Amino acid sequence: LAHGAGGKASAALVSSVFVEAFHNPELEVLGDGAVLPLPSGESLAFSTDSFVVKPLRFPGGSIGHLAVHGTVNDLSMMGAQPSWISAAFVIEEGFPVDELRRIAADMAEAAEAAGVRVVTGDTKVVSTGAADGLFITTAGVGLIPAGRRLSAELVRPGDQVLLSGTIGDHGMAVMLARGDLAIEADIRSDTAAVNGLVETLLAAAPSTRWLRDPTRGGVGTVCNELAQDTQLGVVLDERRLPVLPEVQAACDLLGIDPIYVANEGKFVAVVAPEETEAALAALREHPLGRAAAVIGEITEQPAGTVALRTGLGGSRIVDMLVGDPLPRIC
Amino acid sequence: MTPEDFRELTRTRIRVEGIVQGVGFRPFVHSLATELGLTGFVGNDAYGVFAEVEGKRNAVRAFLDGLRTRAPALAVVETVTAEEITPVGSRDFTIVASQAAAVRDTLISADTATCADCLAELFDPADRRYRYPFINCTNCGPRFTIVTGIPYDRSATTMAAFPMCAQCAEEYRNPADRRFHAQPVCCPDCGPSLTLVRTSNGRWVEGDPVRRTVRLLAEGRIVAVKGLGGYHLAVDAASEAAVAALRARKHREDKPFALMCPDLDTVRALCELGPIEEATLTSRRRPIVLLARRPDAQVAPSVAPGNRFLGVMLPYTPLHHLLAHEFGRPFVLTSGNVSDEPIAYTDDDARARLAGIADAFLMSNRDIHMRTDDSVVRVVRGREVPIRRSRGYVPEPISLPWEFPRPVLACGAELKNVFCLAKGRRVFVSHHIGDLENYETLRSFTSGIEHFRRLFDVHPRVVAHDLHPEYLSTKYALELDGVDLVGVQHHHAHIASCLADNREAGPVIGVAFDGLGYGTDGTLWGGEILVTELTGFRRVGHLAPVRMPGGAAAIREPWRMAAAYALAAYGEEIPDLAVARRHLDQWDSVLTIAASGVSAPVTTSAGRLFDAVAALVGIRDAVNYEGQAAVELEQRVDPGERGAYPCWVEPDPLLIHGIDLVRAALDDLDSGVDVGRIAARFHNGLAQAVVAAVEVVRQATALDTVALSGGVFQNVVLLDRLVDLLEARGFRVLTHSRVPPNDGGISLGQAAVAGALDRTQ
Ligand SMILES: [Fe+3]
Ligand SMILES: [Mg+2]
Ligand SMILES: [Zn+2]
Ligand SMILES: [Zn+2]
Repeated sequence: LAHGAGGKASAALVSSVFVEAFHNPELEVLGDGAVLPLPSGESLAFSTDSFVVKPLRFPGGSIGHLAVHGTVNDLSMMGAQPSWISAAFVIEEGFPVDELRRIAADMAEAAEAAGVRVVTGDTKVVSTGAADGLFITTAGVGLIPAGRRLSAELVRPGDQVLLSGTIGDHGMAVMLARGDLAIEADIRSDTAAVNGLVETLLAAAPSTRWLRDPTRGGVGTVCNELAQDTQLGVVLDERRLPVLPEVQAACDLLGIDPIYVANEGKFVAVVAPEETEAALAALREHPLGRAAAVIGEITEQPAGTVALRTGLGGSRIVDMLVGDPLPRIC
Repeated sequence: MTPEDFRELTRTRIRVEGIVQGVGFRPFVHSLATELGLTGFVGNDAYGVFAEVEGKRNAVRAFLDGLRTRAPALAVVETVTAEEITPVGSRDFTIVASQAAAVRDTLISADTATCADCLAELFDPADRRYRYPFINCTNCGPRFTIVTGIPYDRSATTMAAFPMCAQCAEEYRNPADRRFHAQPVCCPDCGPSLTLVRTSNGRWVEGDPVRRTVRLLAEGRIVAVKGLGGYHLAVDAASEAAVAALRARKHREDKPFALMCPDLDTVRALCELGPIEEATLTSRRRPIVLLARRPDAQVAPSVAPGNRFLGVMLPYTPLHHLLAHEFGRPFVLTSGNVSDEPIAYTDDDARARLAGIADAFLMSNRDIHMRTDDSVVRVVRGREVPIRRSRGYVPEPISLPWEFPRPVLACGAELKNVFCLAKGRRVFVSHHIGDLENYETLRSFTSGIEHFRRLFDVHPRVVAHDLHPEYLSTKYALELDGVDLVGVQHHHAHIASCLADNREAGPVIGVAFDGLGYGTDGTLWGGEILVTELTGFRRVGHLAPVRMPGGAAAIREPWRMAAAYALAAYGEEIPDLAVARRHLDQWDSVLTIAASGVSAPVTTSAGRLFDAVAALVGIRDAVNYEGQAAVELEQRVDPGERGAYPCWVEPDPLLIHGIDLVRAALDDLDSGVDVGRIAARFHNGLAQAVVAAVEVVRQATALDTVALSGGVFQNVVLLDRLVDLLEARGFRVLTHSRVPPNDGGISLGQAAVAGALDRTQ
């Protein structure tokens, strides 16, 4: 298996193995989680995620923060108000208890800040070599208020694409924290729970059509998912993509396109054109949304494709990555 | 008629295939038959030309000879089949009506430069087409760029919008006329016309559009000129201010601009011109020819900064002739686009995209259907080597000595994309499409494939593609349904392309040197020695691998390759290097990236070795166009220098240790040796190393034919040295002359491989 990098290969893995095996009406692995309607008119949102980051601790956070934020954000992207989460730990024999304690404290801190409670869990210790330090799996549930609907089906040409903040911070922070590059840069992961920011957005722009957090594979990958699900074009403007200068510099040094770098604490939103201004203003009021920007537009053409308008006026295709990006220039 | 005569009488049914429609073939057959006293008929159908001739046996024989030897200029007679039948006693020779049929197998000729007859009329004040910018006849004019469908007929061209006047219609119908069935025939009364529009206010400029355009050029203005395959940008080549303004507005830093010269004498004043170059310049294809520039050439420095060559072409449309004639000296004629985008070819697109560049637009109301760039060729060792095969060449098929059992589509590479369709023994190699990452270009790739499928009635059953998973051409192929897919490794395709170019099947010792391509082991290849035949290859040797710190960034910034090679050559003890001092803030980080392998893929690319040396000796640290560092390194070569750096060629596994060349170059640099001599010794050393490697393969395989392909072999110094050395050692050397050695030739190789594999099924 070489499916770690996200993008097309992991999408193929998911649909060929798991959709095949678990086929049922509620299964929505291609989204962020399942939506289970309740008699009250509300729906229950249910999502799960595993966390295998290396190193476990990096500037701006740890695997503990990620484990909470990841699941909270997945629920938020479904329009849910997350309430409870579970946590399961796979621990390699010999893993320092102090470190485990710190990570648990990080989780508690993250849960507190997000307004969710960790209500159940499980622990397994496996022999040395059977796991790489620590893996955490979280699951979460939340309620989607009656009448709230977010779906690619609602997206129309002319809708605007918003991004809640700068891109690439998390991926670059983790990459540099691995330490084998000896690159000095003050880059912190942006890991955060965005449920509050999402509520702010939905209050200001009830027309919001679609939300997705650009984690693995970055903004480039989620925009491709959007383009494929809607069979519409997503035209992004390169000059409007918010990237911190230090992140851009690290990306340049490594030859990495920040559009494919992971984020934890950002989302992409599609909003009706008439509510775009209000949405942007509301996001920028919020501490997590100060760098929010309109980054593009939904268009009729190129159907099913993401195009990036470059500074010179051309349009570069931003495709789903199949695997690790390798240069294509002959 | 006496019985004697009757016995001598014979009738033959004839079929002619090739490019025989829309080129004056039937009138030619008519006059040939009449001249020989033969009776019968001639006509067109979906396969080409059919005829029956009746008369004396020796006259019929002369007729069959004449079909080939006296055919019109634009005709390409591929096959003539003749079958004797019973005489019917016909009395005259007629041209019969065209026959439609279900199967189509006719060929469309390429766009062709204005012929001498039309040129004479163009400048004859007494002619009714005097100074008419759209004059043409069966021997010349637009073809591929205006064809919208087949059969080739005026209604299936963008000339459909212009009904012929009575006089034109008369010429069109008269078998004795030079314009008999010339589909784009027209005149000032019935054909397209020019308008000159000022960008600032969008208004038409009064007066003669050509003369007003020439006046604007003389004033140093930039004019967008609608040509055959798209819009060009024209500017006075002698005005540095004007050319520099064009560079700034086009966002094109260094890549040379092409020039159009009014005549050969003007070319000779700028460049060294040999007989082959002259023949190529004046050929009906009229490509841009790369010529060695004279030291005293009167050309603005910004035309081709730091380049020893100029790309020159002669006028090929009546409009160009008028402009060049009135202007009287060279002008820049470069593609109408911003940076690396595809050239604008519709009026709306041109207005939208070129408004920020051009001061005025010289437009016409004849539409261009197929965007087609100018072709570019270089003459090497007395042979034309295509660099870009497009206008004037396309869509004439490349015929091969083997049959394709099933129709093939080959999707080409990512940059400089060219696709092809193959059927029977013919390969229809497309025009230059461009870099697929650009959305507009990707669209012209998919619509171009559709257009070719319809034009040549090819419905591919087999689709060949590159192995690079991120090439958009690969992704296109993988999404097709109901076809057999054949993945062809990039460098296998390069060598196969060279084989097909030479109508050979191998096995040969292939030397594939380029920027890079995806290898079967998932690393990036590009300095490969491959024992190759069409059906397969064995990687027997290659350049020793290095890292590319920052992946694609290492391609844009050759100084990173300098760092990677320095690390490979010296390890921890890298000496003090000028290139390191120029990049102090990033040098150590880039070394760490190279050492760690994170975001630093492994490559055996020859192009990257050139990049490293170019940066190490201070020629270029960052490129503005593909291959720039290598091009400039080649340009710096001191031609008199025969010294060569030693380079270890490890026999088993066969590895060329490029770090030896790097160390030697740095030693010379340290001792103050002139960069021109360093560049020469590097080229010579690499050529010797390749020969040594090829010699190792000959010992093991007894093969003694070598095929050279890949973009690096656009480097004439390396190619020339290598061919000399190989031939001196008794090798037979195959090089390109029909398709480019760069990725523009890849699709022909892919098709040849797919066809060969299909034959073994
Ligand atoms: Fe190549
Ligand atoms: Mg999830
Ligand atoms: Zn003519
Ligand atoms: Zn007319």
